[in-house]
Amino acid sequence: MTRSTLVVVGHGMVGHRVVECAVERGLTAEWDVVVLGEETRPAYNRVGLSSYLSGTDADGLSLLPSGGYDDPAVDLRLDSPVVGVDRERQVVMTSSGEVTAYDVLVLATGSVPFVPPLPGRDATGCFVYRTIDDLDAIRDAAATARTGIVVGGGLLGLEAANALLHLALETHVVEMAPRLMPLQVDDAGGAVLRRHVEGLGVRVHCDARTESVLVDDDGRAAGLAIADAPPITADVVVFSAGIRPRDQVARQCGLGVAERGGILVDEQCRTDDPAIFAVGECAAPGGRVYGLVAPGYAMAEVVVDRLLGGDRGFTGADMSTKLKLLGVDVASFGDTSGSDDTLDLVFSDQVTGVYKRLLVDADGARLRGGILVGDASAYGVLRPLATSGASLPDDVESLLLPLGADAAALTDQAVVCSCRNVDRATISGTIRENGCTDLGCVKKCTTAGTVCGSCAPVVKGLLDAELAAAGVVVPNGICEHFELSRQDMFDVIRVQQLRTFDAIVAAHGRGRGCDICKPAIASILASQTGGYVLGRETVALQDTNDAFLANIQRNGTYSVVPRVPGGEITPDKLIVIGEVARDFALYTKITGGQRIDLLGARVEQLPQIWRRLVDAGFESGHAYGKALRTVKSCVGSTWCRYGVQDSVRLAIDLELRYRGLRAPHKIKAGVSGCARECAEARSKDVGVIATERGWNLYVGGNGGASPRHARELAGDLDTETLVRYVDRFLMYYVRTADRLQRTAAWIESVDGGLDHVRAVVVDDVLGLGADLEADLTAHVASYADEWQTTLDDPDALRRFVSFVNARETPDPSIGFVAERGQPRPAEPVLVAGDSIPVGAP
Amino acid sequence: MPTWTQVCRLDDLDVERGAAAIVGSGQVAVFRLHDGSVHAVGNLDPFSGAQVLARGIVGTRGGTDFVASPMHKQGFDLRTGRCLDDPDIAVPVYAVRVVEGVVEVSP
Repeated sequence: MTRSTLVVVGHGMVGHRVVECAVERGLTAEWDVVVLGEETRPAYNRVGLSSYLSGTDADGLSLLPSGGYDDPAVDLRLDSPVVGVDRERQVVMTSSGEVTAYDVLVLATGSVPFVPPLPGRDATGCFVYRTIDDLDAIRDAAATARTGIVVGGGLLGLEAANALLHLALETHVVEMAPRLMPLQVDDAGGAVLRRHVEGLGVRVHCDARTESVLVDDDGRAAGLAIADAPPITADVVVFSAGIRPRDQVARQCGLGVAERGGILVDEQCRTDDPAIFAVGECAAPGGRVYGLVAPGYAMAEVVVDRLLGGDRGFTGADMSTKLKLLGVDVASFGDTSGSDDTLDLVFSDQVTGVYKRLLVDADGARLRGGILVGDASAYGVLRPLATSGASLPDDVESLLLPLGADAAALTDQAVVCSCRNVDRATISGTIRENGCTDLGCVKKCTTAGTVCGSCAPVVKGLLDAELAAAGVVVPNGICEHFELSRQDMFDVIRVQQLRTFDAIVAAHGRGRGCDICKPAIASILASQTGGYVLGRETVALQDTNDAFLANIQRNGTYSVVPRVPGGEITPDKLIVIGEVARDFALYTKITGGQRIDLLGARVEQLPQIWRRLVDAGFESGHAYGKALRTVKSCVGSTWCRYGVQDSVRLAIDLELRYRGLRAPHKIKAGVSGCARECAEARSKDVGVIATERGWNLYVGGNGGASPRHARELAGDLDTETLVRYVDRFLMYYVRTADRLQRTAAWIESVDGGLDHVRAVVVDDVLGLGADLEADLTAHVASYADEWQTTLDDPDALRRFVSFVNARETPDPSIGFVAERGQPRPAEPVLVAGDSIPVGAP
Repeated sequence: MPTWTQVCRLDDLDVERGAAAIVGSGQVAVFRLHDGSVHAVGNLDPFSGAQVLARGIVGTRGGTDFVASPMHKQGFDLRTGRCLDDPDIAVPVYAVRVVEGVVEVSP
């Protein structure tokens, strides 16, 4: 049988969905698929675009992280803009002259931002907001700008404003209508939204008609002229005033287009050429363009279904939206226009800035639609209630109250995930059939919650309900000896003031512990009491690194890393480190944390090495501990011609404040003296970047196997506020994270993510702030150098021998060979095979 | 007749913490458990080739007293030497007795 060729023009979210659907439904068994994408990147999540400027990198947004499709029938060609279609010959031409034949063509060319025809709109400094390249250009311009204006106060405009705020610009939003988001919210909701947005420092200008872009003598944008109002000065202007379908290719080849743009298609998404379909924002089913991703996905699925001989059609779409704009939840769903036969239920709390309006049938039996501003947590339940037409509970008003909306109210047919069109019955059934026990598994098996994520809390609720119904208890105990999670363990130890392993295991566990629970308990006790980690009651709980205050190496020797706060060190101290390394024949290497690693020390040498270092003013660097490691810094304003703050001073202060703090995992920090970020602070758990007005604080960065950029927690802080927030952040992490969970994974795992952490740390919504700060202050007060304490403690020192019955004898099995002028371990003789498991310390 | 090598006083051993000793021409890891019993296995970690088992964390796994290698956490039964993570691997075990407060190991 001959194979047919499907050519997809456009590799945005909808083009990607066409391919994904073709693969999933088996179309590729008989069809080859050629995808021609204009951008150099494969499809990415445009819905989450502003997160690109707050920590998510291009890979994090990608819908195709591997860069291609596994199915060999799919040929993805990027950087291949299509310039023409020859319908006679059934071929498409790209700008490079490449010609590709099709049996069926799918146009998924998307849309372009609408730039109003204003004088000056092409000046340098004017941008649109649509692609990652647009964001890169805006970011480059923002580096030397102070003020930015967004033209358009709709959904995309507020997204763009968010981006400018992330770039530390003074931000204005100019909207022609009398309120923000005029298409989604009513006047009262718009007022609540405006107060939120202004609270973040955004200047909002509604009822403002832009007349022109002001241009200076160099041809650069200098601001906007507004009708009947003073002009606004700015260096960056971003147009975000709606979209226009990209239908040029269709027009050129004579396909019909709608009056206001968009390729005309029927219910099958077919154009007036039966071999050509159009889907997504470039298409106009029934003359109407849908500027959301969910209808685009639905169209993609219709096309593939038709090619497989199915009879699905596209007959309109749910235009519900839920977004977090500038940290404010905004949602609208169903019919929000209101009419004579609907009644309003309104909840308005101007203190906390929450506005909810539900439209119900005159008899109160059915929900028609609604608007939520400030708290859209009920969206995941309310939207399917409205679109499925299910009966409402008797106490309708309960739907307006927090937590009033319960997943149990959903019918089987209610669409929970509107982006991927997954209903409740499918989710619950999949959980039962596949035995899912966590949200990640449910998302993977059903695809629900994988696009905008707004339904994830409801999916989680359905999962919990299924698990409870099946009698499944999800074990969250840290090991076989305890049914408590680390967080629960932390709390019971604190509340009951338990201070020994024996007391803890007697009260809450069984057995004699293991290599999982013992170090976790040792860490919790150290976090809470600040006590000496090698005390009689705790020494047997410590992993070998903590037990010997050094890092074990592959041959059983240890490495020694003295603290070098902020990476600043005097020549005299450097000489001492060199002399110690020379005298004990230690391999010497500079670490990534701006200090010096001395490797190859035997256990009985450790106290002698520490003695020399401590006498010269060094202390332990805790390189061995699940604790603060280093606070890396650049030289800052003291020396650097670009620096705007003294980053070294702050790094030293932070390192000395948090040194020795035991945590669920290691903690790294960095301080950069300007936005050039030479200290790579955003790769750290706690990153601080200087601004002219103070410090921006970033959290949750990570290097290693799962790199993450830290995301902004708060901006333009004075030093005192910064330290207070870091205190709270670290103690909240210490209290609530799982064992061996870095801050990045912890933030991802907490309900509400970074927003929740910000609410606790910055807004103090749990009222924990003072308590967390007090814990940290107690830690600072009780800090003592562990090396010094050990040198002063004969009972601890007696353990530092290679042999209990030959205290002066070095371990004869340890040998070294020379390499590049330094010692390295001789190869061991392996008894258990020739490979060592991956995961060396 | 087994020969016995005196290793240390019982008081020299911390509860649930090991100590290495030279016995004959080899290295032995000696452990004092919570119930007062004393056990000895070879100090060589067969997975890494380093003499480190005495520095592992001691506890129970499924009711079995064990030490976890400080290198890559494989568990070893303190009574049989059997590796709990790989049935093909074992470390030697040695007889131990405590005579008048002194720990003795038979090589």
